Amino acid sequence: MVKEGGARSPRLRTLTRALPVAPALVLLVLFLAGPIAYCAYIAFTDLQLTGQAESSFTGFDNFRTAFKDDAFLNAVWLTLVFTVLSSIVGQNTLGLALASLMQRASKPVRTLTGGIVVTAWVLPEVVAGFLLYAFFRREGTLNAILDQLHLPSQNWLFTLPILAVSFANVWRGTAFSMLVYSAALNEIPKEITEAAEVDGAGGWRRMWHITLPMIRRSIGTNLMLNTLQTLSVFGLIWVMTRGGPGNRSQTLPLFMYEQAFQKSMIGYGTAVALLLLVVGSLFSLVYLRLLRTEV
Amino acid sequence: MRPTAAPLALVTLLTACALSACGSDSGSDPDTVQISYKQSTDNSVRVMDDYLADIKEQFEKANPGKKVELVPIKAPDSEYYTKLQQMLRSPRTAPDLVYEDTFLINSDITSGYLKPLDPYLGKWEDWGNFIDTAKSAAEAQDGKTYGVPDGTDTRGLWFDKGIFKRAGLPADWQPKNWDDILDAARTIKEKVPGVTPMNVYTGKPAGEAATMQGFEMLLYGTATGATESPLYDTASKKWITGSQGFKDSLRFVETVFKEKLGPDVSDALDPNFATSVRGDLLPGGKLGINLDGSWLPQDWQKGSGHEWPEWSEKLGLAYMPTQHGQSPEKVSMSGGWTWAIPSKAGNPDLAFEFVKTMQTKANAQKWYIANSGIAVRTDVAEDPAYVKAQPGIKFFTDLVASTHYRPAYPAYPKVSTAIQEAMEGVTTGDSSVAEAARDYDEELKSVTDGQVVEK
Repeated sequence: MVKEGGARSPRLRTLTRALPVAPALVLLVLFLAGPIAYCAYIAFTDLQLTGQAESSFTGFDNFRTAFKDDAFLNAVWLTLVFTVLSSIVGQNTLGLALASLMQRASKPVRTLTGGIVVTAWVLPEVVAGFLLYAFFRREGTLNAILDQLHLPSQNWLFTLPILAVSFANVWRGTAFSMLVYSAALNEIPKEITEAAEVDGAGGWRRMWHITLPMIRRSIGTNLMLNTLQTLSVFGLIWVMTRGGPGNRSQTLPLFMYEQAFQKSMIGYGTAVALLLLVVGSLFSLVYLRLLRTEV
Repeated sequence: MRPTAAPLALVTLLTACALSACGSDSGSDPDTVQISYKQSTDNSVRVMDDYLADIKEQFEKANPGKKVELVPIKAPDSEYYTKLQQMLRSPRTAPDLVYEDTFLINSDITSGYLKPLDPYLGKWEDWGNFIDTAKSAAEAQDGKTYGVPDGTDTRGLWFDKGIFKRAGLPADWQPKNWDDILDAARTIKEKVPGVTPMNVYTGKPAGEAATMQGFEMLLYGTATGATESPLYDTASKKWITGSQGFKDSLRFVETVFKEKLGPDVSDALDPNFATSVRGDLLPGGKLGINLDGSWLPQDWQKGSGHEWPEWSEKLGLAYMPTQHGQSPEKVSMSGGWTWAIPSKAGNPDLAFEFVKTMQTKANAQKWYIANSGIAVRTDVAEDPAYVKAQPGIKFFTDLVASTHYRPAYPAYPKVSTAIQEAMEGVTTGDSSVAEAARDYDEELKSVTDGQVVEK
């Protein structure tokens, strides 16, 4: 097709080239940016699900309320405990340990272990929640085992709820770390580890001086993904304890749900959601810095 | 045609489609009436499902061409309310007729979720048969009526005669004050091992059941005047803080769980505990005393899945006494549910026609008996067939004379949650009575915007 009437203005060309992207852009603005902006807006209002004729703009009231609210501070604390225990310590180290052990294992052992761990991961959250509820409850599997061993049993979900849900999250999420680390360990050239071995470095020293520095980037990425996933865990805790007893396992997502839907304070709940977003970004920032620095 | 024209057309089409949401409005078929109600979390209890299916059949026969679509919501009470409120917010999802608890109705009216029914009620002859207190249950502060009550309820003490016999307690037990109840529970604990001596619903998981069947049955027994509400001061229109009655009621709850007279704390705080009380503990003879509502036998009727026709021989009934046995001696709370029409309903007229079908005398009577409800229609209450239909109906209907209604103002649901939190604190032992009462006072100030008065 021969063009007539000279060249079009570059601006028009940019516009016409942007056209194919437009539908996607429209959809994104409509279904992603729109709701997010609306959420950010209602966090600054006193919108309620029921009991109020109309809502009004209240500025930072919700946030001030949150920081004076013992239940909120308790939820922040529990969220940190849950995240550090189950994601940073639990899933991460266990995933790395499993991956390193599987490096040396024979193929059938590798396949079997991998299969079992990944099964826990692919289970839907609610199913995993019920399984672990059945494991920890008073007449549950764990107590049955303890009884067999003549050890004292107790209702774990009642006495140590935050530990029980943390364990559940480790059980469910370790597979992800294991897969990431398996891939990372396979990338390390054999010559390097062999050379270190010849030089007489033991297992721990090899791990500390060679393996860890070489998979540093994977560690950062994995920590980031794990932390963000764990911060927003809702179904697992909801099924196991509903944040109870009292509010001893009420992490931020559950606190948010309670405020927004059980106490009908949508505005306040959304404000807490934004604060949760802030907690998540703080973690991400730390990890990003860790990733950037060269060893 | 320039090559840009095709994508341009596509974009226009897509955008138009996205903006119009490319869908039909689901709730506006003029010949279908959509009805939302609460389905029991116990799969074998289908009292309401069966009743509505029956009315649906009658209605569709009487109105050819009209259809009824039942939209059950299967959830514990507190989650049912949430789900319903979310549906009421949009015309796209609002049903035509909803089952509303009187405890929440004022809150939902304030939100503008419901339609005033006065124009319909004015033209409906049967409305004159409803008793006045029931009519006012769904009357808002603007003087309009927003719901048609389908019965009311009262509350009292259910006790297991078999367990009482083994404990050496009388078969016609009637405690005169709180201490009598606790003493009976202590006796059961001592003499009949392996059973739960008594149950008082408590904590957030139990929701309104904890507030009303548990706490208010105690709190309203601390008052001295028969009409005095220890929760809300009608004179100053303020909520009451720091009352001794409140602390005493918390102390009772604390005693039950501290002395292990109640269910195991972790069971008591299980959201589905009420279901197991009705389906397992009482029929299984594992619970001595149960502070609960008049509706329990609905779970034990024919076709309910837990058929237990002999319940009336196995269980005894006693009224809940006041704290020290002071006048008026008996305490009961009453609530109940209503049928309401959402303001965003597509077919309000058809919905009201359905209400009329439900509330013919015969159908209303059928429902009261099926769900063990207390009649709110004078013509049914006087019908000997109703009074004799079920053991217990007379006992609970007589309690209407000494019953109290909740101060179901818009703030009530939040006040109720604050009560549940205080109860949960003393149940788990996380807080002392004094601490829990202080936390309640603080919470009360914040949820009622400072509309409180110290008593």
